[in-house]
Amino acid sequence: MKKSVFLGTLAASALLAGFASAGTLDDVKARGELICGVNVGLTGFGAPDASGNYQGFDVAICKAVAAAVLGDPAKVKYVPTTGETRFTALSSGEVDMLARNSTWTFSRDNDLKLDFVAVNYYDGQGFMVHKDLGVSSAKELDGATICIQTGTTTELNLADFFKANNISYTPVTVADDSEAQRQYLAGACDSFTTDASGLAAVRATMPDAENHVILPEIISKEPLGPAVRHGDNNWGDVVRWSFYALVAAEEKGITQANIEEVAASTQDPEVKRMLGLEGDLGAMMGLDKDWAKRAIAASGNYGEIFAATIGESTSIGLARGLNALYTQGGLQYAPPFR
Amino acid sequence: MTQATFVRKEMLAPQEPPVSERGAIKWARENLFSSPLNSLLTVVGIVVVFMLIKSALPWLLHGVWNASSLPECREIIEARYGEGATGACWAMVRERWHQYLYGFYPQELFWRPTLAFALMFVALAPVLYLGNRTVNTIMAGIVTVLTTLALVGVAMAFPQTIAGADAGFGALLVAVVLLAALTAVAWLAPRKLLIFTLLYPAIGFYLLWGGSIWGPIGTLAGFAILVFVYSLTKGQLGVVVATGAGVVAASVWWLAIQSHVTGALHSIVPIGTTHVDSDEFGGFLLAFVIGVTAIAASLPMGILLALGRRSDMPLIKALSVGFIEFIRGVPLITMLFTASLLLQYFLPPRTNFDLILRVIILVTFFSAAYIAEVIRGGLAALPRGQYEAADALGLDYWQAQRLIIMPQALKISIPGIVSSFIGLFKDTTLVALVGLHDPLQGVTKVVRAAIEWKGIYWEPYIFVGLIFFACCFSMSRYSMYLERKLKRDHR
Repeated sequence: MKKSVFLGTLAASALLAGFASAGTLDDVKARGELICGVNVGLTGFGAPDASGNYQGFDVAICKAVAAAVLGDPAKVKYVPTTGETRFTALSSGEVDMLARNSTWTFSRDNDLKLDFVAVNYYDGQGFMVHKDLGVSSAKELDGATICIQTGTTTELNLADFFKANNISYTPVTVADDSEAQRQYLAGACDSFTTDASGLAAVRATMPDAENHVILPEIISKEPLGPAVRHGDNNWGDVVRWSFYALVAAEEKGITQANIEEVAASTQDPEVKRMLGLEGDLGAMMGLDKDWAKRAIAASGNYGEIFAATIGESTSIGLARGLNALYTQGGLQYAPPFR
Repeated sequence: MTQATFVRKEMLAPQEPPVSERGAIKWARENLFSSPLNSLLTVVGIVVVFMLIKSALPWLLHGVWNASSLPECREIIEARYGEGATGACWAMVRERWHQYLYGFYPQELFWRPTLAFALMFVALAPVLYLGNRTVNTIMAGIVTVLTTLALVGVAMAFPQTIAGADAGFGALLVAVVLLAALTAVAWLAPRKLLIFTLLYPAIGFYLLWGGSIWGPIGTLAGFAILVFVYSLTKGQLGVVVATGAGVVAASVWWLAIQSHVTGALHSIVPIGTTHVDSDEFGGFLLAFVIGVTAIAASLPMGILLALGRRSDMPLIKALSVGFIEFIRGVPLITMLFTASLLLQYFLPPRTNFDLILRVIILVTFFSAAYIAEVIRGGLAALPRGQYEAADALGLDYWQAQRLIIMPQALKISIPGIVSSFIGLFKDTTLVALVGLHDPLQGVTKVVRAAIEWKGIYWEPYIFVGLIFFACCFSMSRYSMYLERKLKRDHR
């Protein structure tokens, strides 16, 4: 019935549209469901599993936000978005937030009117080469043929890098990762370039992974993060601090398993404020006291999510690198909960 | 009188033709080596075919069906056929076939799309075979048997789901009884099966989406209102105005009244099944929902547009020409992006107008424009005498179209119409561009995103390609059958 009366709903919503638009937070609460734009399928970061449940590093952010706002990490509707549809889906209001490895750039922030609320993964473009090529640095790739996905920023980065180092290359354009992998393995190109996280996933699934190396150079900055619509600052804050709660939880040693215990016994005033035992941080952004507790309990703290979805114990095997906490030499740093 | 010395009494036994003039050699000489160029092409062709087989056959023969990941497949193949051997990893299909067929449809409800698919054939039978009793019965019977097997298979594949509320044995029983009853109807009263065909859109919709039973009933009631108003006013107002009045009355019902009535009915008598959201549709379920709906809706729409384009009424003609030319002038991908992106801007904020529905509507428009032109070709091919004969018989416009013009025009247009349909069905894979899980790109991307199947390349394409081939080839064979059957000239 719900579907068949869509025209009725359409007419009703046309009337309702005249009323003042409430913020996204109120919409989500009223709807009882968070609509999260995710990737159609990206290994480790976001993809449905065999039974159709979305899993992954980016998906965990959606779950944390849903847990913080609605009290249930399962109350998320995942809308798969492609590279072309993602930003329009967000700005037209089809999704409440995007959590699909989108690079935070100046023009996206200003021209497309998006707000990137945080960086949940610091990525960068790298190269993979056949080991027997004997190359140990990307600067030695003069004259190489390089497999590159068309229509992406990686294509532009590649051109910039070779121009800056005054060396030449022949591009072999491919449509997606799997085609790149096939071409590269078939010897159609000497090197394959894409985001380092993607390279690691591709290498992990090669039949002869030991014959391929990922070169040390990272030639671009790709800060990937969740995005919301420009202008709805309250909602942006909710998403931002739901994410930072996960980072702070790792810093403070709060895990999915020990969160109740910590909440009962902690003496750390910041943890107390964050978990709603002291003060009322949640109310400042329109949530209840336990918001952060639920966000952390959804799929664990930042480190746990990383380890479970893309970390070294998984087949993708990404090292923390730049994504380690600032206390461990990385860039993940949550502003104080005060 | 001269005496003949020898008269042959019986015929000579015919001799075998020379070796070069019979059997395989003759055939080869005539067909493969009739000229130097032909011989060269034959040799090149054989070499190419040989190379193809040589590279592909071992890969196909080394196929592995039992494994849980691509690396495991590779290990098994290496262990079996030695270092460096390659092979197909069909284990992926075995693990993920349900996503290719049903997308993310809840597993305990797989029987619903399966049954909807089976009923589609029963509903099509009277249309496709013109009420031929034997064929209809055979078709319904085969569908019953196959569906029973399929449902048992699905239930065995997902044993954990049988315990579900409206799944398992009960569903199987309902399906089998329903199909058996329809088979009986096909045998006893072949014409009555058409009633089922007319009801099928509502039944199929309800099976796929579920929810309250009152929704589809309410929608059907709208059609009943349409027919009622039409027959009430036809006498005074004439066919066209009466149709318009019927449509207006039905629209008022659908848009303004229906949701209240069905809502109230649902709160009094809450009958219904689990509701499934459209975004859980994927794979071939999605391809068929979009393809079949668009095909079924675009044919009548195309006929009306074709008639409109040939109409003498300037407004109708201008509208039809404008619609057809505009839609034909725009690529399908643009239409899909319009459906997914642009419409959202036009609609009021926070309207949740289902994406699949938007896509179906625009794909239908797209297909209708092409069908209209194909049918216009058929109309143009009819001799003027046919139109004049219809006029001379005193038939009005719609009678003439229904009894004389359309049967002939449609017959001429069959190959073109079926081509459009096949094209449309294959084009449903383009919905991947707007983030829907079509079988070719969408589901394959999902499967490849799983780390255990990352790097798999040919297998999904072959699997999906085979299913598409089976569908499109059957459509094409059916169109040839229909052409032969409807052939009235004796050329």
